[in-house]
Amino acid sequence: MMGSTLAAAGGQTWDSAFAKSLIPTMLEGLWTTIQITLAGMAIALVVGLVVAIIRRSKIPVISQLFGFYVQFVRGTPLLIQAYFAYILLPDYGLTLSPLVTGIIVLGINYSAYTAEVYRAGVEDVPVGQWEAATALSLPIQRTWGRIVLPQALRSVTPVLGNYLIQMFKDSAVLFAISVYELMGHVDTIGSDTYRYLEPVTIAAALYLIVSLISSQFVRLLERRLVLSR
Amino acid sequence: MPTDFWDPAFWSYTTPLLWKGLQYTLLITVLGIAVALVTAFVAGLGRLSEHRPARWISLGFIEVFRGTSLVAQLFFFFYALPQFGVQLSPIAAGVIALGLNEGAYAAEIVRGSIQGRTAGQNEACIALNMGKTLRMRRVLIPQSVPTMLPSFGNVMVDLLKNSSLVSFITVTELTTMAQFIRNDMGRTATVFLLVLVIYFILSQVLALLSRFLEQHFAIDKTRRSIFRGTRRLDPVGGGIG
Repeated sequence: MMGSTLAAAGGQTWDSAFAKSLIPTMLEGLWTTIQITLAGMAIALVVGLVVAIIRRSKIPVISQLFGFYVQFVRGTPLLIQAYFAYILLPDYGLTLSPLVTGIIVLGINYSAYTAEVYRAGVEDVPVGQWEAATALSLPIQRTWGRIVLPQALRSVTPVLGNYLIQMFKDSAVLFAISVYELMGHVDTIGSDTYRYLEPVTIAAALYLIVSLISSQFVRLLERRLVLSR
Repeated sequence: MPTDFWDPAFWSYTTPLLWKGLQYTLLITVLGIAVALVTAFVAGLGRLSEHRPARWISLGFIEVFRGTSLVAQLFFFFYALPQFGVQLSPIAAGVIALGLNEGAYAAEIVRGSIQGRTAGQNEACIALNMGKTLRMRRVLIPQSVPTMLPSFGNVMVDLLKNSSLVSFITVTELTTMAQFIRNDMGRTATVFLLVLVIYFILSQVLALLSRFLEQHFAIDKTRRSIFRGTRRLDPVGGGIG
């Protein structure tokens, strides 16, 4: 398209000076991406836990409804969910900034995944722990809060860490609802200058560096936290 | 429920457009799965190769494609490659980016399941004087397929969902069509709700298909059915969604 005419006109393939000039903007984008990821993960961790507990509690109808929620959110693309929320929320009088909408959508999307992670963690807690809590007639809040969750969360933390990294990369989708994260900047720079190679490469490098470092960190966590049963 | 849901004019207008979009979504998903499968086996077996350069190249490929965002990869193949004088068609760029991205995740599945074979199988093959290729082709890979299938099912569903991202590079699939209808008819949440439901149905069909394949390829049917209930969670489910 435009790029090929540029290359045909004798434009350089890689322009170092141009690339260098982009770095401050791209770092700004990276910072937004990281903020979105952390805020989205906070929502996902809380909502996912609530969903997992409700599903586990086997309340008729409500538990099934939440089961369907998990299945539906996991079975549909994040991008469409983002568009849907972006269009729907203002119709109900909720006018939020793209950034906030994006964080909420990302958080809700990943809550379906974290709910499944928590569920697996809770299922891993030996039945004897539940029985012991019942035998001591501990109230349900204390059974969850003091017995089950501490054990479940420990084994599940590295998996949640992996989802955090996944979410970091997935947040790029939100540029479509005009959130100015890393890919949002790439898109703007590219359509303004008709040069995509430099911004895309810098963005890819930043994604790669952050996710490689964080996955080393998750591996470390895994070694420290996961008990071999 | 928005009012246009009950409007026949809305349906007669949107149905042909969404149908066209659906065909492109299916085309991209099927081609993407094919590319991902080939990539998975090439890169996964490359990781297990005796040759150091093959191992390093495979590892580098897998880390780069798993460590960066799919959106960046799509942009690279469609918008950045022309700076090297290569202009791919939107569909080709989309299929390549999707296939390589999911293939990188699936390569780790291939590597993991082949490495997970018991040492005895490998040793028995060596005792029978089977060469490395024959060992892989006749024993290790066929035995690993049942282990790979559940994770491959996840990869397929992910690929379907991620195919919505090729709307960024001008492929006229479902998502693009929904955007088009929205721009044409004004703010309509109904279209996006409809598209959500279509994707949901498609992903359920894919999940069903993968479950069918799992049953079909199970080595020992009774034993597998016991293991199903206690399957440990998969840390990197490739949860893009």
